[in-house]
Amino acid sequence: MGKKDLNTGLKLGVDSKWQYSPAPESTSHINLKKKYDLFIDGKWVAPSSGKYFDTINPATEEKIADIAEANEKDVDKAVKAARKAFGPWSKLPAKERAKFIYRIARLIQERAREFSVIESLDGGKAIRESRDVDVPLAAAHFFYNAGWADKLDYAFPGKKPEAIGVAGQIIPWNFPLLMAAWKLAPALACGNTVVLKPAETTPLTALKLAELVQEAGLPDGVVNIVTGAGSTGSSIVNHNDIDKIAFTGSTGVGKIIQKSIVGTNKRATLELGGKAANIIFEDAPIDQAVEGIINGIYFNQGHVCCAGSRLFIEEPVYDQVIRKLKDRINTLIVGDPLDKNTDIGAINSKAQLKTIKDYIKIGKKEGAEFFEGSCSLPSKGFFCKPTLFTGVAQSNKIVQEEIFGPVLAVQTFRSVDEVIKKANNTPYGLSAGVWTDKGSKIFNLTSQMRAGVVWANTYNKFDPASPFGGYKESGFGREGGLHGLSAYLNLN
Amino acid sequence: MSKIKTLPDFTKSPTIDQTSIIEKASRFQKRSIKKETKIFGLKLALNMIDLTTLEGKDTPSKVKQMCYKAQHMHDSYPDLPTAAAVCVYPSMVSIAKKEVKGSGVKVASVSTAFPAGQAPLSVKIDDTKFAVDSGADEIDMVISRGKFLNGDYNYVYDEIATIKEACGKARLKVILETGELGTFDKVRRASDIAIHAGADFIKTSTGKISPAATMPVTLVMLEAIKDHFYKTGKMVGMKPAGGISNAKLALHYLVMVNEVLGADWMNNTWFRFGASSLANDLLMQLEKQRTGIYQSSDYFSID
Repeated sequence: MGKKDLNTGLKLGVDSKWQYSPAPESTSHINLKKKYDLFIDGKWVAPSSGKYFDTINPATEEKIADIAEANEKDVDKAVKAARKAFGPWSKLPAKERAKFIYRIARLIQERAREFSVIESLDGGKAIRESRDVDVPLAAAHFFYNAGWADKLDYAFPGKKPEAIGVAGQIIPWNFPLLMAAWKLAPALACGNTVVLKPAETTPLTALKLAELVQEAGLPDGVVNIVTGAGSTGSSIVNHNDIDKIAFTGSTGVGKIIQKSIVGTNKRATLELGGKAANIIFEDAPIDQAVEGIINGIYFNQGHVCCAGSRLFIEEPVYDQVIRKLKDRINTLIVGDPLDKNTDIGAINSKAQLKTIKDYIKIGKKEGAEFFEGSCSLPSKGFFCKPTLFTGVAQSNKIVQEEIFGPVLAVQTFRSVDEVIKKANNTPYGLSAGVWTDKGSKIFNLTSQMRAGVVWANTYNKFDPASPFGGYKESGFGREGGLHGLSAYLNLN
Repeated sequence: MSKIKTLPDFTKSPTIDQTSIIEKASRFQKRSIKKETKIFGLKLALNMIDLTTLEGKDTPSKVKQMCYKAQHMHDSYPDLPTAAAVCVYPSMVSIAKKEVKGSGVKVASVSTAFPAGQAPLSVKIDDTKFAVDSGADEIDMVISRGKFLNGDYNYVYDEIATIKEACGKARLKVILETGELGTFDKVRRASDIAIHAGADFIKTSTGKISPAATMPVTLVMLEAIKDHFYKTGKMVGMKPAGGISNAKLALHYLVMVNEVLGADWMNNTWFRFGASSLANDLLMQLEKQRTGIYQSSDYFSID
């Protein structure tokens, strides 16, 4: 085979004469209000400050709705409602609690199409993903945890599982509905009550979920949803009557949270940033590995904490992998999130787009070789082409820092020991990927990798039964599976 | 330049991850093909069909009827393309040749003791030469699956190379009969052998074994073609055969070819469908696009 790039003029995808006609998902069936208040104690209440902020569609930059901004007073009201509801809810027979959670799961399934469209409108993610990943997985988390509600004694044999109390939950903008499900489902199944704050750029599906909570007939105050930005979040974290903080978001904010709860009895789980290694060995199934690289870094525009943003390729197959990867990138379609053929949707916000662009500038300035997909971008909205940098090292800034966008940094390696060292050579430790045809190599690697999740011959696969969480600056505590339940229980 | 050709070690063919390739193949089916894209795709697929009759009961009349259909898919729809080829047994080649003369429709003949391939090499060579002498433009041979599964890759390679030589100017399609090979790894290995031995096309199935063509199996073969192209710059054609009976699935195959190999393969020189019932479903969908309504199957001729 040899190493030379024959450059035989292979034309793929977007260069083809066969362009896909637009295939937009209809928005006529969705039901959105112009203005959303806070969901406290089973009712929609106006924020005490009277302030509202805009939520926009990042693909068009048009405003979708007014969203209430909750201040300390509102958060206090929500926590009080949750405290009041905690007693009766935690004492409800577990199988009755389960029924409510099952109901939410079924309602999500029934309204899956509406939720998918709203998720794509508000957050910018491709409808293919919100339809096939976010919404079905959200329903699956409610189903899974509802199933455990009346079996907790068997889940933790020899222990006496008891609900903790009121959980304050703060979720990010990358998987708005799914993260709400990750947080709410286990909390409710274990008998806790909740004050949840969605991210300020993507509050809509959480607010729609509040409607489902009403429809499912949950007792008032069990689920409270307050919207707002960082200050609302800090009101939750600092509230005296919160027993547990569950946060998913940036490592920076995670550190602030940990500092604020020092000296209190608040329990916490933090799921923070990542800079995962995706490792391709020479004996890997190369074409499938290339697809795994794509799924690893360009899934959800790269707005994924466990994204495979550091690619390690064993040197003998480097040229082959890069060539195939570039050809594959050229077939990716960036555009209208609601188009069923879109592979990569809109960047979530103007601020995030700027962050990504700044990192791309840094990468170029550092002398790395830059490549981007040949697709065109819409003229309006926040979009970024899928990009990659080759010729980088562990010392490059774009290799060290989480970018949270469609930017891949590619390095080569020569031996197993070397790649394990380099993969672990990061303050983060959320996830990793390994591609090889050899089972023993997989086990050797996974046992030495300091990462919460290691995928073998696949990437970015999620299941409610599988615990998820990080090492080091990627946070602590696990979500999903039995581990996820234990985070919402006192086990004596 | 040395003329000595060194063969790759076929046991070192790339491996395939089963779960991932099935998942990847299904991703092509998520593409939504509408409007102009759909009409273009439907017509293209029609033009890629090898209309086929391979039965013990084939008669000259049956073959003539099929040849007429290949040239007149649905005359009430203006400017439709013809089929790419008609595919018959060697004994029917001369009849088919006469029937499609001047239409641009090619005559393909199966050979090498199709479908089982359980005959001596000399018989297979004669079978092929007979078809070529009768006027076949293309030869669809079967590999010796028994030898392949036995690990006798050199035999399989030599046999394909020998038949290629017997083909002369006729283009050679090599049928792997993937339904008998068992794993994706073996499909890939057989594809590499066929390509190196001189196949102009690689083809999934005889249509006599189930499973016949599937999207994941076809994807494995397209990747083998792509790797060969990367290494040598030479194009090899692809023909999934059997099991593709509706237009939607055919369009998804086209999406796959388009996104794996690109525009150069999007014509019947490099891509074919081995299918007969597919034609009428494509026609029905074309009429639906043109008139907005589905017509009964009685409005589409069966030949």
